[in-house]
Amino acid sequence: MKTRFSWFNLTSITFGFAFLYIPILLLVIYSFNESKLVTVWGGFSTKWYGSLLQNQALMDAAWVTIRVAVVSATIATALGTLAAITLVRMGRFPGRTLFSGMIFAPLVMPDVIIGLSLLLMFVAIGFDRGFWTITLAHITFTMCYAAVVVQARLQDFDKSVEEAAMDLGATPVNTFFQITLPIIAPSVISAWLLAFTLSLDDLVLASFATGPGATTLPMKIYSQVRLGVTPEINAISTILIGIVTVGVLTAAYITKRQTDKAERERRRAFGATG
Amino acid sequence: MSSSSSPDIRRWYVIAAPYLWLLIFFLIPFFVVFKLSLSDVATAIPPYTPIFSWSTGIWEFFSQLDFENYTFIFGDPLYINAYFSSVKIAAVATFLTLLVAYPMAYGMARAPKAWQPTLMMLVILPFWTSFLIRIYAWIAILKPEGFATLFLTKLGIISEPLQIMNTTTAVYIGIVYSYLPFMLLPLYASLEKINPSLLEAAQDLGSRPWRSFWQVTFPLSLPGVFAGCLLVFIPAVGEFVIPDLLGGSDTLMIGKTLWTEFFNNRDWPLASAVAVLLLFVLIVPIVIFQRQQQLEREAGR
Repeated sequence: MKTRFSWFNLTSITFGFAFLYIPILLLVIYSFNESKLVTVWGGFSTKWYGSLLQNQALMDAAWVTIRVAVVSATIATALGTLAAITLVRMGRFPGRTLFSGMIFAPLVMPDVIIGLSLLLMFVAIGFDRGFWTITLAHITFTMCYAAVVVQARLQDFDKSVEEAAMDLGATPVNTFFQITLPIIAPSVISAWLLAFTLSLDDLVLASFATGPGATTLPMKIYSQVRLGVTPEINAISTILIGIVTVGVLTAAYITKRQTDKAERERRRAFGATG
Repeated sequence: MSSSSSPDIRRWYVIAAPYLWLLIFFLIPFFVVFKLSLSDVATAIPPYTPIFSWSTGIWEFFSQLDFENYTFIFGDPLYINAYFSSVKIAAVATFLTLLVAYPMAYGMARAPKAWQPTLMMLVILPFWTSFLIRIYAWIAILKPEGFATLFLTKLGIISEPLQIMNTTTAVYIGIVYSYLPFMLLPLYASLEKINPSLLEAAQDLGSRPWRSFWQVTFPLSLPGVFAGCLLVFIPAVGEFVIPDLLGGSDTLMIGKTLWTEFFNNRDWPLASAVAVLLLFVLIVPIVIFQRQQQLEREAGR
């Protein structure tokens, strides 16, 4: 079989990645632009990063966003993992179709609909809007993504390991914490990271669910972007891109190391047969 | 021992938490939206006649509901046009995304095996970085004095500034760019699964590469094409951020209409009716998407 890139394939991949990355690269490069005109290069400078730190409103919004993202990602990962177990391991139960419907619908449902419906419910039951309503909204839509990520891993792994533990007398709860969870851990970590970045990123749900006082970073960025492109927005965007890139690469590295380790152990265990 | 023999009560502990959560925060809110779409706007805070009021009887509760908001929407061509143009823009953008994503997914699936995880990583990485930021990056490129104009002027291809910003073309570019990974991943998954010996067989029997592609590769990749198109089309119909930031005043999209009714006109009942009708437009593709996910899950077991 061919193991080299053919010319056609190489060209299509190169053009594809150029399309994906050039806009982001331009944004990052011009965040170090001395000039206030975003598209005219005026020399290297980090002054826009300095002026970010002075911008108290932006810093407050960043802090709210991070707190919302940490809390919602944690709860969403727990609920999403339970949902994944329900989908993969629980067989048939009354209301299963509705359940899987509620897991998959939010993945494609336009966020304006989810945002509006949640807000109307919060108002109807008289829930004070602010930090917690944004967090609840984020848990609801990110838990579905978490469920899908964990579910993929649960489907892959050999159920007989769990069954062996139970046959040896472990309770289902013990089996979960000592056998299942360590095996699915990489997917639980990626689920958390995905939930965290989705929450960090969300504009529409937060705009609907928020009340007076709670402004998230995307809401702040959005209101400034509507007024035009500024180097300050480039700087904050670059910081966010940096955080996400480092996070994703670390997660990929951890996952790869764990799968390599598992592979080595498997080889050693079955070493004789090779 | 199979999981079905574990005690029923214990199973429900696991199922109950995510189930109840989704019922309360996903399903019930839709009924609230539906109810509100049948109510009247009022100058109050919140700006509509109450959703529940214990003092009124059942009969009164229903007698206050009417289809006024819906007759209003159907009577105003602005709304009907917004629905049609959202579906049209989403459909065209989905097709364009497929055109961009297919060669790329094909190239990735045929790349050396050692390279494939890295290429996947590179596709997913931009998807993790903020949606808003990626749209923002395009404003700097597409605006009349932006990078695209500078670049093309330098090459001597154009002499006038590009007029792409605030047009529907910019919305297409924005959708293709932001939804590309959603199309690429299912396409890649289905292309990668194709057994190369099938293509070799076609070649041995004298099929030209182009013909092998249309008669072997493409039909086998159809599940991926289908999944990718649904993943792009459904959210694109209700898209708000892209038409708002990149589109112009003549780009009608229903997500933007809903936003304006809600935040600018503060007509919550009308916004609810717009949402209910949007859901109505999307219900068929959403159900198809779910069926497909379920089939895939069953097949994966």
